[in-house]
Order: sequence, then structure tokens, then C-alpha cells
Amino acid sequence: MTKNKDVLLEINDLRIEAFSDEEWFEIVHGVDLTLHRGEVLGLIGESGAGKSTIGLAAMGFARDGCRISGGTIEFDGMELTTTSKADRRALRGSRIAYVAQSAAASFNPSHRIIDQHTEAPVHYRIQKRLEAQEDAMELYRRLRLPNPTEIGFRYPHQVSGGQLQRAMTAMAMACRPDLIIFDEPTTALDVTTQIEVLAAIRDIVDQFNTAAIYITHDLAVVAQMADRIKVLLKGEEVEEASTDQMLESPQEDYTKSLWAVRSFKSPQKLRPGGDAKPIISVQNIEAAYGPVKVLEDVSFDIYPGMTVAVVGESGSGKSTAARCITGLLPPKSGQILFEGEPLPPGYKSRSKDQLRQIQMIYQMADTALNPKVQIGEIIGRPAKFYSGLSGNKLKSRVDELLDLIELEPSQYYNRYPPELSGGQKQRVGIARALAANPKFIICDEVTSALDQLVAEGILRLLDELQKEFNLAYMFITHDLATVRSIADEVVVMQKGRVIEQGPKEEMFTPPHHPYTDLLLSSVPEMDPNWLSTVLDERGVDNIGDAVTMAIETESSGGLDGNQS
Amino acid sequence: MSYFVVGYYAMLIGASCVAAYYSQRQVFLLLFSLTLVSFIVGIVGGVPALTFITTAAGALALAAGTSYAFREFLVLITPPSISRELKAAPLTASFGMFVILTYAIAGIFAPIMAPYGESEVIAGAFAPADENMLLGADQLGRDIFSRLIYGARNTVGLALLATLLAFFIGAIGGLLAATKGGFLDQLLGRTADVIMSVPSLIFALLMLSIFGTDLAVIVIVVAIIYAPRVFRLARAVAGNVVVMDYIEAAKLRGEGTGYLIRKEILPNSTAPLIAEFGLEFCFVFLLIAGLSFLGLGIQPPTADWGSMVRENATLISFGDITPLIPAAAIALLTVAVNFVVDWMLYRSSGLKD
Repeated sequence: MTKNKDVLLEINDLRIEAFSDEEWFEIVHGVDLTLHRGEVLGLIGESGAGKSTIGLAAMGFARDGCRISGGTIEFDGMELTTTSKADRRALRGSRIAYVAQSAAASFNPSHRIIDQHTEAPVHYRIQKRLEAQEDAMELYRRLRLPNPTEIGFRYPHQVSGGQLQRAMTAMAMACRPDLIIFDEPTTALDVTTQIEVLAAIRDIVDQFNTAAIYITHDLAVVAQMADRIKVLLKGEEVEEASTDQMLESPQEDYTKSLWAVRSFKSPQKLRPGGDAKPIISVQNIEAAYGPVKVLEDVSFDIYPGMTVAVVGESGSGKSTAARCITGLLPPKSGQILFEGEPLPPGYKSRSKDQLRQIQMIYQMADTALNPKVQIGEIIGRPAKFYSGLSGNKLKSRVDELLDLIELEPSQYYNRYPPELSGGQKQRVGIARALAANPKFIICDEVTSALDQLVAEGILRLLDELQKEFNLAYMFITHDLATVRSIADEVVVMQKGRVIEQGPKEEMFTPPHHPYTDLLLSSVPEMDPNWLSTVLDERGVDNIGDAVTMAIETESSGGLDGNQS
Repeated sequence: MSYFVVGYYAMLIGASCVAAYYSQRQVFLLLFSLTLVSFIVGIVGGVPALTFITTAAGALALAAGTSYAFREFLVLITPPSISRELKAAPLTASFGMFVILTYAIAGIFAPIMAPYGESEVIAGAFAPADENMLLGADQLGRDIFSRLIYGARNTVGLALLATLLAFFIGAIGGLLAATKGGFLDQLLGRTADVIMSVPSLIFALLMLSIFGTDLAVIVIVVAIIYAPRVFRLARAVAGNVVVMDYIEAAKLRGEGTGYLIRKEILPNSTAPLIAEFGLEFCFVFLLIAGLSFLGLGIQPPTADWGSMVRENATLISFGDITPLIPAAAIALLTVAVNFVVDWMLYRSSGLKD
């Protein structure tokens, strides 16, 4: 097949302004971008780099409160900054399509998937309704959705997250657009599901010779998808090169630092020998939300000064296990020992000292800190509550804590959480946990909402604090890269059961439980050929949901075998 | 043709031309359409109609000017954090604040400001206005203007007290229900449902007939009628706050319910509650005025706008608008409060972004 390689989209010196505090200020400072037909351009950068804003500008669109203030956007010979609104609207959906980050939030929950799919082609009179439906089924088949003739007639909540994201990609293809903009399409998915979406997107872009802009903050993902990569920082281009070149020899320091993020690794610690007691010992707990069982026979031990990572996909019961330990969800059976003493099941019946020993750091720092309370008060409250400090002593304790999390006390003491950046908020969350002088801290996906550079800083901080105060961490995560860098022991969970546990080194060397193997092999690597290799190894139909199901039946069969 | 009419049209057309010259589209459209309308109104209604338009436009301009000046004044005297918000406030909001301030001054300083006593008989029944009596006398010969000023104190004060009590009961109940949940939530919720299912005016009339028309009884009855609405709002707002992680963190710390409500939930639910306060205040105010009009509210000889309307109602049949003045005072305050509330709602809804 000969592919047409004309220039499709050309953006010159694009400037975008945003309105804040009653004045306009520039957030994108003159970015150039050229995209040929059939080419995939990866846009990467941290949050606030302007990736999404540029992606939307490629459709001639600016969000509410933003405006395109300069530069030109030429799409297939048409200047988008000067065309009328109606002309631009005619382009969108038919010639330029957009795939959003969260398919679950972007589909209308009260219409069937196929009706939303056929809306655009019918509206633009490209196809009749029935033709469009048939075409949709064909696209579903190509994207390897199960039951392609039937799945479209379901409602969005009746299919899984990965399937929905693929259905959305199919919808974007409905009018066979020249350009698709993918805005972090796999960020909200589990690693095992991510891989099937990536494979589907790559195939379909290839088959129809569609140009694409792929926006993400995950370098390993972009390495699989893009022909060329453009790195952005604070609305300015850092550098642009072909994927191979960019991975092998990045030029700028910023790019190099992005590449080096995953280098952090804390040395592995082993369990203390002899008769050392575990600080937390979870013994055969079962838990349920009403009639729905979420944990079954879960046991693991956490020793002082060690980090135990609990991994698994969403719905595997990692966070529920944490809720049992904190006492928010009293387990139905089994018990939790703290330094050998059984803890009362509910937090209300625990003593102040027991509560103090177990602290928690949350995933979303935005909802974990009260927006109407000053930082000094947020951190000071646990210190005051547990140790009865007040006045100058309290103030100096808060200053000490702020120093520990590397925030300048005089500057942050009187500020409110919404004024801080994501990483700073997470640091305040850590300080609040430390203020109680705990021995054990539960970290619930603490880095998953943060940019990679910031996340690495948080991991380093946690590691230093562990050394200084001999803290034990229970580290809940789905990101195996984080596990590799910080964990001492790993607990793998699936469907409410612990399926494998042991020291990190053991867990990362084969042989694995098939599910662990699946998790490990689904983590994207920086090698641009990784996706192809994995697909070759596993076979196209053996990724994502399908293989998870297979392992499930296999392992439950195995258990039955043991019992008989 | 009088000079007035010539001047009227000359000014309108001149102003339209100036607006057009400086390409003030909105102003031009307004002025010129007013000119065209005036041609028709002038032919149909003659000079009095044009005088009316002039007076109305003048009053509107005066109100706008007052609002503008008052807003600038507020911006100057308030600390920077508040004045930034005030600068962005619409003129209607500052008009509302100005009116509320005027009423508050009238209410607080009534004995000093009013020329005569509240129940002082100074003239014959229904004596017309003269240089001593700005608005004439009522059916017993008392000065209506003085009673109007005292009325601000009584009616507004009573309404404020009742609203505060309703908020105290409703907000505490709602926050407790949201925080505690379970049985307490059900109990409070169903109690609120029962109270809301009885028509408020009938409920008030019933209670006042049973317990008598004491001021304390009025305040308590009105507060009980309006507390369920506040309860429902407070519970809904707090319901969104209690699911936040910081509440969970505080619970795990072992904090008591009192701390949770005071320090964690209340600061995050004040904005909608304050907006609701303004709205409820209007309803309470109207209910109390209505009760007084029916004779079950504030009792004579205490001055009150609701009963003033009733006492002087006979005058309406003679074409005198005096009894409508207390009614207008009620309407003006309601509109003013709503202007301010609208602005607050707009701010708390986050529409400004």
C-alpha cells in the first residue's frame, strides 16, 4: 500500500492565553508543529505543559477561559484561526476526531454505544443509519471487541473500561477522519487493560493511514505509539525528534531527566531474623461491602522499617485491605495484630494510641486536605491532638515537620491547600501522617496522580523518612515501576485474594504465578519494539481481559484440585 | 408644544448620535429605541406620559449612580481580600447592599430618626400629609412615616431573629444527620418531612391560635416552619463534604463529632448556607408580614408593615396610595435581599470561572 505523506497539519508559532485573576496571560508560548498524513506524533510533558491545550488547538478549539492569541493552524490547506465557527465545527467529528482520557465520563450513560457512534456519520450525511451501524460493527471487529455485532447495543456501563476506550476509538474512526487526537487514552486504565487498547489504537491508525497526535505523560507508552516525539515544558517546546533518536540520545537536560526518572531504587531490606514481631500482621481476614465479598482469606505480615507493596488491578481488594487495617471497614472474620496485640476491628473502639500508630497518606491530595484550613493547622492538629502540644512548642513541631518535607516553614505555614501544587500537597499529606509519630503508614497510590519527576521526589522523601524514623510502609499501587524502586516485599492480589507474596528480588525473577507474570509483562518498557514483541509472544488475542479471565478459571481450577 | 417636549427629544436624539459616534452599540440601541418608543407614547399619552418616562429614567439613573458610588465606597473601606470580590460585584448587588444598609440604620436608630413616637396620636384620623407629617396620618391619627421607621425595627428584627433560629436548628440538624447518618439521620429527616407536609400558613395560624400571639411564640413557630428547608440543604451540602478523604483522616485520628462539624465540614458548606440565608429571610419576612396582615402576627399598637397595610386598607378605595407604602417597603427589601443573594449564589456556584 502506498501511503500519502503530504503535510496534513501545520502549526506555526501557536500562542494561547488563559484568563485568570482578571487578566490574560500566555500559557503556550509559540509552539510549531508539523504532522504528515499517516504519522503519529507523541506530545509529552508534565501536567501544565500545555499538551492538551495544544491538542485541542489542533482542532481550532480553545477551552472556556482560553483563547488562541497568535500563530497559524493550517489543516489540509485550511487556516483554522480565521475560518468561521461553523466551518470549524464541520471539521470536527468528520475530519478531526478526539479521544478523551476517560471514556466512562465521555460517553453519555443513557444512550447505547452504537447510537452515539452513528451520530456523527449520520449528522454529516456520510452514511445512512443502518450503514453506519454495520460500519460500526466492522470497526468493533477490527478493534477486536468481543461480540462485535452485539456489543454496540449495550449501554456504556455494561462494558469494561478497556472495551469502552476501544469503543471510543472506534467512534473516532466513524467518519474516517484524517486526524485523531488521543488525549491520554490509557492513563485511567490498568496495565493489563492498557495493552489491549494500545494494540487496538496502533492497528487501526496503521490500517486507515490516519494521522494522530498522541498526548501522554507516560514515556514508555509514547515510545510504542509515536513515530516522532515532541517534549513540552511549561508551554514551550523542549525538543523534537524521531522516537528512536529521542530514546537513544536525548539532547536537552530536561528530556534526560524525564528519561532517568525510573532510576531511583532503594536497597532491598530483608526481614529481621530471630523472633522479631511483625508490626502489622493481617491474619486470614475476610471482608465484604454488604453482600458483596471483596476480601477472602487475606494474610500478610509487615515488619518494622520495611516497605510492603500491595499490587493488583483495580477491584482486586488492595484498598479494602487498607481499610480493614485502619478499621474503617471491620473485617467479617480473621484478625489484625499490631506488634502482636490484636487490634479492635472498628476504628471507633480503638484507643487514641492505637489510632496514632497507624497513619494514612491518600492518593488524591486534593480531597485529602481540607481546602479551608491553613497548612500549619492541618499539620499541627495531629500533634496537638495526640501529644497535647500547644503554643510555641506546637509551632516549632510544625516547623520541624515542614522542614522534613522540604517546604520552607515561614512561607507555607499560613497558606491554604488550593494554593499549593500537587506535589506540595502530597508532601503536606505526608507531614500530617508524620505529625502523629506513627510506626506504620499506609500509602494508598500516593504517586499515581503525580507527574513522574514529582512522584520520584515523593518516593525519595518517603525513603529518607523511613530510614530516619524506622517507619513501616504498606504501599498500595498498581504501578510496578514504583514497586521496583521502593518495595522490600511484594504482595500480589487478584479478586480479593493474595495469590503470591515474598521478597522483591524473588517476585521479579521467574517462575511467577501466571497472574503476576501477566502484570509484569504488561508494564510498558522504554523499548519502542516492546509492544510488538509482547504481541508476538502472547498472540494478538491473548491480551487484556481475555487472558485475565483465562488465568482466573485456571487458578480457581487449581485451587479445587488442591482441595480434593 | 412645550419646551419640555422639544428638549426631551433633542436630548434623546443628541445622546443617540454621541453614542453612535463613539460606537457604543448597546447604549445607542437603548437610547434610539427609547426615542422611537417615545414618539408613539408621546402621541398617545401626551406630555404626562413623557414626564413619567423622564421621571422613571431619572430614578433608575439615580439608583444606578447610588449603587456605583456605594460600591466604590465599599471597595475603599474594606480590606483588599474583600474589595477584590466587591469590585467584580454587579451594580444590582451593591444596590441591594445599599438598601439593606438603609433599612438597618432605620431599624437601629428608629427612636432618634422618627419625628414622633410609635403610637403617638398627633392628628385626626387619615389627616393628609403636611409639613409636619411627610406621609399623613393613619386611621387613629398616628404619623405614618414614624410608624414606617419603627416598622423596620419590628418586622425586620423579628424576621431576622426567626431566620437565625431556623438556621440554628436546621443547620445543626442537617450537619449532624450527614455526619452521624443511620438512625439519627432517618429520625431528623422524617421529622422534617412531617413539618414540611403541613402547609406553612395554616400551620402558623394553628399554632398561633393555640399558643397566643406572643412575640416569642411567633419567632419559634416561624423558625420551626422554616428549619426543615435549611435542614435539607445543610444535609445535602454536608453529605458531599463528609465523603472527602480529609473527613476520613479526621475520623481515623479519633476526632469527635463536634470537631468534625465545626472545623472540617462547616467551613466547606458556608457559601451555599449563606446564600440560602438571604432567600429564607425573604420568605420568613413575607410570612410574618402576612400573619400580621391577618391579625395574628405582631399586635397593635406596635408598628408593623403587614398590619399597617391592613389598618389603612380602606384608603385604597378613595384612590390614595398611602397604604401601599409599607407594602412597597416590604417589596423593596425583598428585591434588595434577592439581588445580594443572587450575587452570592453566583460566586459560590463557581460560575465565575
